[in-house]
Amino acid sequence: MRDFFVLRVIAKLLIPFMLLFALYVEFHGDFGPGGGFQAGVMVAAAIIFYALIFGLPAARMLVPDALVESLIALGVLLYAGVGVAGMLLGGNFLDYFVLMSDPVAGQHRGIFLVELGVLITVSSVMLKIFYVFAGRGRDAIE
Amino acid sequence: MALLVLAMVVQHNLFSVVVLFGIYSFLMATVLVALDAVDVAMTEAAVGAGISTVLFLAALYLTRGDETRPLHRTWSALLVSVGVGGALVYGTLGLPAFSDPAAPIHTHVVPRYIHEGPKETGVPNVVTAVLASYRGFDTLGETTVVFTAGIGVIALLRRRRRKEGDR
Repeated sequence: MRDFFVLRVIAKLLIPFMLLFALYVEFHGDFGPGGGFQAGVMVAAAIIFYALIFGLPAARMLVPDALVESLIALGVLLYAGVGVAGMLLGGNFLDYFVLMSDPVAGQHRGIFLVELGVLITVSSVMLKIFYVFAGRGRDAIE
Repeated sequence: MALLVLAMVVQHNLFSVVVLFGIYSFLMATVLVALDAVDVAMTEAAVGAGISTVLFLAALYLTRGDETRPLHRTWSALLVSVGVGGALVYGTLGLPAFSDPAAPIHTHVVPRYIHEGPKETGVPNVVTAVLASYRGFDTLGETTVVFTAGIGVIALLRRRRRKEGDR
């Protein structure tokens, strides 16, 4: 699909807005609908879209396999780390009240970090599954 | 949507089944918007219609495009699916009516979440507050499920690529 001029231009125009909308959904999730899961699949969809138009090798160069694999673990670790941080600061596991001096601000901070962890894991898992599936067919041909 | 499902069952070309599946997911997303579940609708549109369609196409690329004819028709499978479906429909009859304000789900912890949630968490979106704060444990579990799925796919499909000397 690399030779279709229109698709390439449209993709280049659209992908930044897809990523921006994903960030909006993530960080505006406190006020509007959305959150880590939704933003995560949007980020993954944007990168998969890029891979569809510009080819898998280009996408793999942009977001390397090793990075994706480490991000899968990093998201869960961030989530669980917030829980452990709550324990270290004197609360129960996943207690956000203790993260900052003001309990409401602590809740805010905790929810933000947790959603970020969800975003990282969901998007990288989706991307990794796509890489593995698409890469398999490619290897069979070459 | 029922028509789409029938078309999918009748259709033997798997490519058209995948396309119909994508259309079904988009329709499902609109239904979810109508039910005021915008979060779920976004996920459905992105995962159901977008990513899973791409994954199905990738899987289709590895296999043949047409459904193989089964060697014999198994009526017991039909019987089991109709039986389970009937049991589930029978189960829904016991549920309270849709959007009934006196239903147990609306009287137990939900009023507390709605009234105290914004004060306790400083987050106006109740869904986010429940998901990340009150039900933080469940969400951690969900994230771990996604993580496990990713690890499983890597474990199953990655070895082959290495053998062929791709890296």
